Amino acid sequence: MIIEGPVMKFGDKIDTDIIIPAKYLKYTDPQYLAQHAMEPLDPEFYKKASKGVIIVAGKVFGMGSSREQAAIALKAAGVKAIIAESFARIFYRNCINNGLPLITLPNATKEINEGDVVRINVETGEIEVVGKKKLQGKGIGGMALEILKSGGIMEYLKKLKV
Amino acid sequence: MPQTLTEKILSRAAGKEVSPGDVVEINIDIVAFHDLTGYHVIEVMEKAGIEKVFDKNRIVVAFDHLAPPPDLRSAEIQVYIRKFVNKMSLPNFHDINFGILHELLIERYALPGQVIVAADSHTTTSGAVGAFAQGMGASDVAAAAITGKTWVVVPSPFKVELKGNPAKWVTGKDVALKLLGDFKADYFNGMSIEVFVENPSAFPMDYRATTSNMGIEMNADALMFVPDSETASYIKSMRGYEPKLVTPDKGAKYADEYTIELNKMEPLVAAPYSVDNVKVVNEVEGTPVDQVFIGSCTNGRLSDFEIAAKILKGKKVKSRCIAIPASYEMFKKAMELGYIETLVNAGCIVTYGTCGPCLGGHFGVAGPGETIVSTSSRNFRGRMGSNDSKVYLSGPAVAAATALYGKITDPRVIEK
Repeated sequence: MIIEGPVMKFGDKIDTDIIIPAKYLKYTDPQYLAQHAMEPLDPEFYKKASKGVIIVAGKVFGMGSSREQAAIALKAAGVKAIIAESFARIFYRNCINNGLPLITLPNATKEINEGDVVRINVETGEIEVVGKKKLQGKGIGGMALEILKSGGIMEYLKKLKV
Repeated sequence: MPQTLTEKILSRAAGKEVSPGDVVEINIDIVAFHDLTGYHVIEVMEKAGIEKVFDKNRIVVAFDHLAPPPDLRSAEIQVYIRKFVNKMSLPNFHDINFGILHELLIERYALPGQVIVAADSHTTTSGAVGAFAQGMGASDVAAAAITGKTWVVVPSPFKVELKGNPAKWVTGKDVALKLLGDFKADYFNGMSIEVFVENPSAFPMDYRATTSNMGIEMNADALMFVPDSETASYIKSMRGYEPKLVTPDKGAKYADEYTIELNKMEPLVAAPYSVDNVKVVNEVEGTPVDQVFIGSCTNGRLSDFEIAAKILKGKKVKSRCIAIPASYEMFKKAMELGYIETLVNAGCIVTYGTCGPCLGGHFGVAGPGETIVSTSSRNFRGRMGSNDSKVYLSGPAVAAATALYGKITDPRVIEK
């Protein structure tokens, strides 16, 4: 799975209340959620992300609540993948279940800049900062990859005929 | 090999010996959800065309986030979930008059050694009784409810020892904030925390529930108190039976260890906008406050109301103060002991069993430019309402003392 796109950069501890505030959690419609993605930090986020972007962020991206709308909102807004120095566990799983690929890369925010174009291999964790350098992150493997490729845990279960 | 509590619980649940780093499928003892995530869980099931549960006796549902419904959409969500509950004949359903899911889990359901998965991040609360309890998103919980199984990466266990007796006004919140301040919010990512209490009765279940609740703020996979005499007596008193205690083996290996001397601790707060922006209360003393919130799955228990009542008895609050016991049981006991009357006489607004203010939902949303002191678990930007509001997190003593003076106050200045 190879994905390419321009970088939108964020810092450490981007929490789920920033990714999608609680007042929008009474709905699950992706297009509705997309319009409010990252709203507290940048109300124009969904316009900027709509061209298809890759988020680069610092530590424990997605920390906080279990709201699956966080993964849904980012994906629907146009985020194609996320590279972070680390991810919060629940958010990571929510992304896998909603087909949003992730790569873990220590020092991601030092190595990659806003406006860079990156090309990533979701399985191997290889990251090419186009025209600049190659980096090695940690991709997705094992059961998580199977679930991602199936399109989420429920599709994965259907394949297993649960 | 001697096993930690984490390894012992997950080995049983996986049906084979597991070690940190292993990716394993595990059996789940309890699957739970509330109103605000529950409708999403059911939507995921409907969309996949698999509407069934692995064991109706092992599903717990509680209405708390939208209780009582503040708007039409919230009422619709609850109607939708009630239909599912009836269709599946789920016996462990708690409508709006029972309390917050995590409090109900420790009062009625969770046992030492169990695996609990629920659609809410504060599921870590059940670690207070020694259960491996994790929050997950709607899809994972839907899958768990259908199959009774999930997959986990076995976390690396970290040992915390609580020594001695807590200093005046120091409770479970201060221990959680100390761990957050000392280690920061990302340190325990991929780890489980196992807490050993030297004097079990000196750190009672209410305190443990608060500390475990905030395990998720540390990004720990679980924060479990090693079951002891306090665990046994709590479950006996709430449910009338003695639980079997599951404990780690002597000589089990931990990634690292950390000791907290409870008698040397001071009341702490987390300043905006991060749970790990921890300060001793004196450092922010005098900050004017518009509203105080005492409650939530973090600090809505009897001891929290006992402390608040002690500080507010015979006095009047200077800031708005909203007080919400986490469950009907807690509310009733607080009423019988006179705490509710004391708080109402002091000018607090009291109800029970709703998460409302903690997530900026209802029953006390923070307005623009307002400063809140809250006993809940998160002070992220915009968490309790306006993006321009500021939230300081504290235990019940700092919160009550702050309400009394309308500014952040060190409870140690009040002689009680």
